[in-house]
Amino acid sequence: MTYTFDFSALLPYWPDFLWGAVLTLQLSAVATVAGFIVGTLCAIGRADGSPVVKAIVAAYVEVIRNTPLLVQVFIIYFGIATLGIRVSANLAAMIALTVNVGAYTCEIVRAGLQSIHRSQVEAAECLGLSKPQIYWHVIVRPAIERVYPSLTSQYVLLMLASSITSQISAEELTAVANRIQSGTFRAFETYIVVGLIYLVLSFVMRGAFTAFAQAAFTRRRKLGTTL
Amino acid sequence: MSPVVKLSNVHKYFGALKVLEGVSFEVERGGVAAVIGQSGSGKSTALRCINALETIQDGTIEVCGHAVGDPKLDRRALRQDVGIVFQSYNLFPHLTVEQNIMLAPTCVKSIGKSEARDLARDVLAQVGLSEKAQQYPEQLSGGQQQRVAIARSLAMQPKLMLFDEVTSALDPQLTGEVLKVMEDLARGGMTMILVTHEMAFARKVASQVIYMHKGQVWETGPGSMLDAPKTPELANFVGSGL
Ligand SMILES: Nc1ncnc2c1ncn2[C@@H]1O[C@H](COP(=O)(O)OP(=O)(O)OP(=O)(O)O)[C@@H](O)[C@H]1O
Ligand SMILES: [Mg+2]
Repeated sequence: MTYTFDFSALLPYWPDFLWGAVLTLQLSAVATVAGFIVGTLCAIGRADGSPVVKAIVAAYVEVIRNTPLLVQVFIIYFGIATLGIRVSANLAAMIALTVNVGAYTCEIVRAGLQSIHRSQVEAAECLGLSKPQIYWHVIVRPAIERVYPSLTSQYVLLMLASSITSQISAEELTAVANRIQSGTFRAFETYIVVGLIYLVLSFVMRGAFTAFAQAAFTRRRKLGTTL
Repeated sequence: MSPVVKLSNVHKYFGALKVLEGVSFEVERGGVAAVIGQSGSGKSTALRCINALETIQDGTIEVCGHAVGDPKLDRRALRQDVGIVFQSYNLFPHLTVEQNIMLAPTCVKSIGKSEARDLARDVLAQVGLSEKAQQYPEQLSGGQQQRVAIARSLAMQPKLMLFDEVTSALDPQLTGEVLKVMEDLARGGMTMILVTHEMAFARKVASQVIYMHKGQVWETGPGSMLDAPKTPELANFVGSGL
């Protein structure tokens, strides 16, 4: 069996590939930021909330971590429609990815919060800082710094997993690829190209995360400790 | 003039464990009280109660006009009047020395960045560490970290300073530099309560020594009481300690 590669058939589609990559990055960026906020708030709720809040967060995290992403995407997409609210597939995808990555973020950040010693909080209390101030300056910021590598991996995974939202025809790289391959009948070549684009996107994301760390974590930069 | 700190018949339990059993003492403005006693006698607990880090089960504590035992106590207001320094420094590792010091003044008193920086410069000069403003805690020796912790408390301009065995983790030379800072503070009129194992320092600087034993104030008096203990327990403690 011999297969003759023909990438030239894909050449006219380069703007579509590019557009798909941009859409995937957009989707991932929104879900990353929103998921980070959701996850961090959940982690604080789980560490310091009322028993009801703790139970709700625990249930959320367990449900999300023990069901397939694809099923979550479908449930959220069709669930929202059932409520009579019209949302685009793209918005539904963003919500589903946020809900998903929020749960994983919660677990990662929670580990970070637990690594901050009680005496740090006590010292801040004794200086008269309010609870929100203590959380922001003394707990969350150093905690995030400590778990930053895990968060980076999680958000790169999220970007790769976002390809699943092509199943509800959200516009992103894999959906674009599906369309191109059915137009060109060059499925193998299309997915090789798409795979390479995902690879590049992963590197771009890791680069962005490293750059952010350089800017945000001044101590690491000054003392030359790597993350 | 009413005392800065007044404990009356304070009782404190941890579950079934009685840690403070009717502790009473007071410290006047500008007074320096040295609290001494065996390990487990309740010295740290007494200090933590004064700062509302622990709740008490009976008795009253009054600190700078705040009724500490009162359930309606405004803890943040109390803590603006009271500074505390711990044995383990507890500096914020991700912040520079200067940022450590500026944090509370900017957050709690809402003073501007540049004013807070001036304040940081002043208190760092006071503890002899002006050149360390931009360093991170991990770049400093233990004694330097402890002096930064003192400076951080001083930046809030407290009316009372509490010190809990602040030199216990330091070697003799570093201990000396921290004690020097505390001595300067006492000379400057700061009201202080310090838990310490440094008997020579207590004798020299304290206006009042409080010997705690089994959760009670066993013996109290001027520094000279260490030379002529009235109770066998204190005699034993002074004799064995040095
Ligand atoms: N959070 C706590 N929970 C339960 N027991 C405690 C707690 N803190 C202190 N204790 C107990 O209270 C007693 C007094 O402790 P405290 O720390 O006040 O002693 P101390 O005089 O400061 O001793 P040291 O010189 O060793 O620091 C000890 O028996 C200790 O085990
Ligand atoms: Mg102690």
